[in-house]
Amino acid sequence: MTKTTYSRRRVLKTGAVAGTAGLMMPTYLRAAAHEGFTNAPTGDTVTIGFNVPQTGPYAEEGLDELRAQELAVQHLNGEGDGGMLNTFSQKNLDGTGILGKKVQFVTGDTQTKSDVARASAQSMIQKDGCIMINGGSSSGVAVAVQGLCQDAGVIFMAGLTHSNDTTGKDRKANGFRHFFNGYMSGAALAPVLQTAYGSDRRAYHLTADYTWGWTQQESIAAATEALGWETTQNVLTPVGAGDFSSYIAPILNSGADVLVLNHYGGDMVNSLTQAVQFGLKDKQVNGKNFEIVVPLYSELMAKGAGANIEGVYGSMNWNWQLEDEGTKAFVKSFGEKYGFPPSNAAHTCYVQTLLYADAVTRAGSFNPCAVVEALEDFEFSGMGNGDVLYRGADHQCFKDVLVMQGVAGSGNANMVGYDTLSLVELTPRAQVEYEPDHPMFAGGSLGECNPGA
Amino acid sequence: MLGLNSRDFKLLMIVIFMTLAAPILLNPFPVDSALGESFNAGYPALMQRFVIFGLLAVGFNILFGLTGYLSFGHAAFLGVGSYAAVWMFKLLSYNIIPAMLASVIVAALFAVVIGYVCLRRSGIYFSILTLAFAQMSYALAYSVLSPITNGETGLQVYADDPQVLMSAGDPVVPHLFGWEMNSSVTWNVGGWQFVFQNGYYLAAICMIIGFYISIRIFRSPFGLMLRAIKSNQTRMSYTGMNTKPYMLAAFVISGMYAGVAGGLMSAMDPLTGAERMFWTASGEIVVMAILGGVGTLIGPVLGAGIIKYLENIISKINSDILHNWFAFMPDWMDNLLVNILYPFVGKGWHLTLGVLFMVVVIFLPGGLVQGGQKLGALFSRKSKSSDSDATTAGTANTNTPAE
Repeated sequence: MTKTTYSRRRVLKTGAVAGTAGLMMPTYLRAAAHEGFTNAPTGDTVTIGFNVPQTGPYAEEGLDELRAQELAVQHLNGEGDGGMLNTFSQKNLDGTGILGKKVQFVTGDTQTKSDVARASAQSMIQKDGCIMINGGSSSGVAVAVQGLCQDAGVIFMAGLTHSNDTTGKDRKANGFRHFFNGYMSGAALAPVLQTAYGSDRRAYHLTADYTWGWTQQESIAAATEALGWETTQNVLTPVGAGDFSSYIAPILNSGADVLVLNHYGGDMVNSLTQAVQFGLKDKQVNGKNFEIVVPLYSELMAKGAGANIEGVYGSMNWNWQLEDEGTKAFVKSFGEKYGFPPSNAAHTCYVQTLLYADAVTRAGSFNPCAVVEALEDFEFSGMGNGDVLYRGADHQCFKDVLVMQGVAGSGNANMVGYDTLSLVELTPRAQVEYEPDHPMFAGGSLGECNPGA
Repeated sequence: MLGLNSRDFKLLMIVIFMTLAAPILLNPFPVDSALGESFNAGYPALMQRFVIFGLLAVGFNILFGLTGYLSFGHAAFLGVGSYAAVWMFKLLSYNIIPAMLASVIVAALFAVVIGYVCLRRSGIYFSILTLAFAQMSYALAYSVLSPITNGETGLQVYADDPQVLMSAGDPVVPHLFGWEMNSSVTWNVGGWQFVFQNGYYLAAICMIIGFYISIRIFRSPFGLMLRAIKSNQTRMSYTGMNTKPYMLAAFVISGMYAGVAGGLMSAMDPLTGAERMFWTASGEIVVMAILGGVGTLIGPVLGAGIIKYLENIISKINSDILHNWFAFMPDWMDNLLVNILYPFVGKGWHLTLGVLFMVVVIFLPGGLVQGGQKLGALFSRKSKSSDSDATTAGTANTNTPAE
């Protein structure tokens, strides 16, 4: 047993010193105003937040995004083979983190619910001190988190979000979207559909009932009606419905000869599978073969739908089978780490992370307003999509869009979804561009960039 | 004091102290320490949830704890409260007073209608009816009423909304006469960092007021009547009492609490979505009440705190963090421990909650409050008498210390 031998004098002295120190230390600050923006990194590290669905209907996409994001952080910190850093047209990133600060990350689960996603993002901003939030796999969630980031004064680099609204009526100065959107899908798909199915068709739409479904349906209907197609009916279906048979049965008697499935993730897998089970693909209507179109494709959906996607057209933001250097480098390092190719959700999150890091480096500051300035009207290449423009007017990326068709594939069970989609056409960027105030995107304004604090 | 007996007053004081000092109490570890990064819960967004869901659970307890009517659709009131508040932001201004008033009124009206229909039945039928109404509201908000609720995207405020009461210099975030909800004061003491946010304190004050009203209701003749209904409604009817008005009043009060909670949620973060009304959200409220202790005053608040802590803190611990904790051990031991713990943290937090819930229901039917009493009895001298006291507290029908 030790005997404490503090004299009264010493205790008083220590107490007094501690007391003064304690009184001196407190500093009253308004939300870290000392650096002029929210969560200014102070030490030798910088923290970014990856907010993706890890449970729920879009969890597959979310987990693949997370893999790509971890890879991006490794590359930024100089680990691994550097991936797209070697092919990126900008050479500012040298594997020493961002502005010399090592990149750390925290992850969160959005559960594909706006409330949960915002709670998770708030915790990243308030507790973990994140300077940027990246990822997500639903437009509803993206819009919600983008609004939050705008208010909090951090940058939001959207992940998989395909609704026109994300950079349309819900656009925000602090939010950026690399992924393509419904309008671009329509513009890219229409010519291919015309060549394949002619210009006298009657289309029946099944649409997921939320911002993404609505805007994609609007875009596809507009693009196909311009070809001379007729839209017979548009039926809204709840997200995560599971069973679509009651929606598919009426199609047989509607006189339509094309079914457009504005569904995504598990919903698309179910609705397509059921449509095939109902024998839609083998039917003849109006003297033509009945066809199915899935405007937005992903590898993980194709995997779930298996052989049902054969012959079905759709569009993608990017695909691992592209032949350019950037794609090859990314597929190689992703494949080496995880043993299978990346999905286009993974690609977009990976690229967004690198683009953010590069913008910070070019701006020389983590200040969101400086980053916004650096990203606006920024042109780059070497990231797998040819020459790309980040438009300043609405923070939407413009790049080539891929039109894909489902094929039989090699039969390798591990590659289902990856080699069962084949590239039909690489639609050039000019064909999918539109004005920032296009009617489908009107009604929003970016507002001022918000550095927080 | 304040019309409370000394025991209740002490409880109220404890609650006041805990909520007001929460930014300090919930941040026991320095910011940069490993423990702080994982376990500190004193950041505004989470503290707001603690008190808002605490308020919700306190209101739910007035119905479930006193009358024994298990409403399985309480989230509907939370949802309509949130929508009402956001609409006030859109139409009038970002001042939270009209928003809060609207959310209480709308939730109350909603509760009158639903309560009038559902209270014609009791027991399981009542629960199923409330569940049906809540799911109906959810479905309506999710798709049919999209023009009003903006469907799955969630209702939010846009710059081009009317906001007729808004003048040029007004803040563009929810505020109380210019006092912005999201601005805060940060206090750095050594390695510690404490954030005191306006919004949190507003929510905390609402929670304290709600808690006080709930104590008064528990101790009032009205509360006694509700307990009488719980113990035997048929007998009450035979004595010539019309129990309906009491039940409806309890239901509406409980709904109004949920409305306030919904309004506060919108005031803290002006965006709302239909998933707030989903049946899992209703179920969560029930779990909160049972976990903490049904029919006890403080129990539901504890339950709400624990669930929100698990949901926001434990769910963020991933395998990397676990490996960091055990990095000092030999590899095989590190891996073994991580493999054992991993299913219970991160996205497995539901499992932890489930296990905790089972333990509480099986061993502590009176909730964590009963656990606390048992512990207290263990350490107190007069073990015999207070022990029997604590067991009766489990059934929560009598006046027990913790009520």
